[in-house]
Amino acid sequence: MNNKFSRRAVVASLAALTLPLPAFALSGSAAESLVNAAVADINKIIASGKSERAMQSDFQRVFERYADVNIIALTTLGPARRSASKAEVSAFVKAFKGYFTRKYGKRFHEFVGGQIIVEGSRASKSNVEVQSTAKLRGSAPFKVTWLVSDKSGSPKIFNIIIEGVNTLTSERAEIGAMLDKRRGDIGALTADLNKLG
Amino acid sequence: MLNVLIKRLCAVSLAVAVAGCTAAPIGVGVNDPIETQNRGTHSVNRAIDKAFVSPASKGYGKALPMPVRTGVSNFASNLNLPGQVLNNLLQFRIENAGHNAFRFLVNTTFGFGGVLDVATDAGLDNRFTDFGETLHVWGAPEGAYLELPLVGPSTERHAAGRIVDLLMNPLNFGAEGSLKTAATGASVAARFGDRYQYSDLIDSVLYESEDSYSQARLLYLQSRRFKLSGGAQPDYIDPYEDVYGNE
Repeated sequence: MNNKFSRRAVVASLAALTLPLPAFALSGSAAESLVNAAVADINKIIASGKSERAMQSDFQRVFERYADVNIIALTTLGPARRSASKAEVSAFVKAFKGYFTRKYGKRFHEFVGGQIIVEGSRASKSNVEVQSTAKLRGSAPFKVTWLVSDKSGSPKIFNIIIEGVNTLTSERAEIGAMLDKRRGDIGALTADLNKLG
Repeated sequence: MLNVLIKRLCAVSLAVAVAGCTAAPIGVGVNDPIETQNRGTHSVNRAIDKAFVSPASKGYGKALPMPVRTGVSNFASNLNLPGQVLNNLLQFRIENAGHNAFRFLVNTTFGFGGVLDVATDAGLDNRFTDFGETLHVWGAPEGAYLELPLVGPSTERHAAGRIVDLLMNPLNFGAEGSLKTAATGASVAARFGDRYQYSDLIDSVLYESEDSYSQARLLYLQSRRFKLSGGAQPDYIDPYEDVYGNE
């Protein structure tokens, strides 16, 4: 067991013990600055003027840095993860990360010339909801809510709700449909995810 | 299919009469008893999109620069405003009726017949409504999910609303021949413009997802309910509790 891992385990168990204490909870301002930093990084990539391919891989890095792709992957797998082996689940999570970042990284040009204005935040459930308005080129402003949690050990975005449309719910339905079509075979799903997106 | 719709329309009006004027609760989950039939309509819609709508919208989007496309769609939505004012009045949302009437006046005069959306620039935001929303305000339940030919995802209530909107559009009574033709042309062109503008999202739902029918259904239900709730934050699951809570 390396140092990083044990530190994480200690932090996690501390967090579990101290959950009801508001002093340890993720603050609204920390969540807001996380979202602002993510948006700033996205704008920086767009302004860089690199090739589409280079920008796409930069976007994948932004996803890795700001999103809790691990929890997103486990959520989309749903109850199927309980009957799967540890190795199967971790192979799925790895494949999902690639698929997810490719799928959404590809759509970055929707942000070109756009603006996201963070308006405020509030605590809800075990996380913080950061409210913002997106002003993208050629479309009316719309509401984007970022769900931020620090339960992974550091503040990360785990879901984005765009005008009431829940990204995680859509992705869960998608992975569920893929799994159904492969008769619940996680191995086949993982292999195909590596090719998709 | 029309029979079913008429029967349901009667049920909707009965429900309205019984419920009085309390808005219906916002729908939850998926109510799709005629899924097999809906999936049939969906695959036809998808084929039509692939063969015609998508290529035509690409042609339209590439032929005309964005400002022109925006002008066309502004013109079409401006002509839709009188009908929306009527709906606002039927909903007893008098402030919105005034808001939309004022938007119509400002855009029609200062926006050169609605080509420029000067009202939005002046801070009068777009508050779209339709008769489906009016039915909701009157207490009619959402009804079953329905995929309509050519139109796409809907619910029974929304579909009934569309028919009424078509029938009570003031343009049908007030407008003369050439304006009516221009209005119809602009609204068709605006649909192509939307298809082009949101092509990334639409292509990803229709052609890149495993089950495009259920993805479209989910997307539609969530955004329609968000609209009818006045933009209230919908509930969501806490994935941390879901994933770690049971282990």
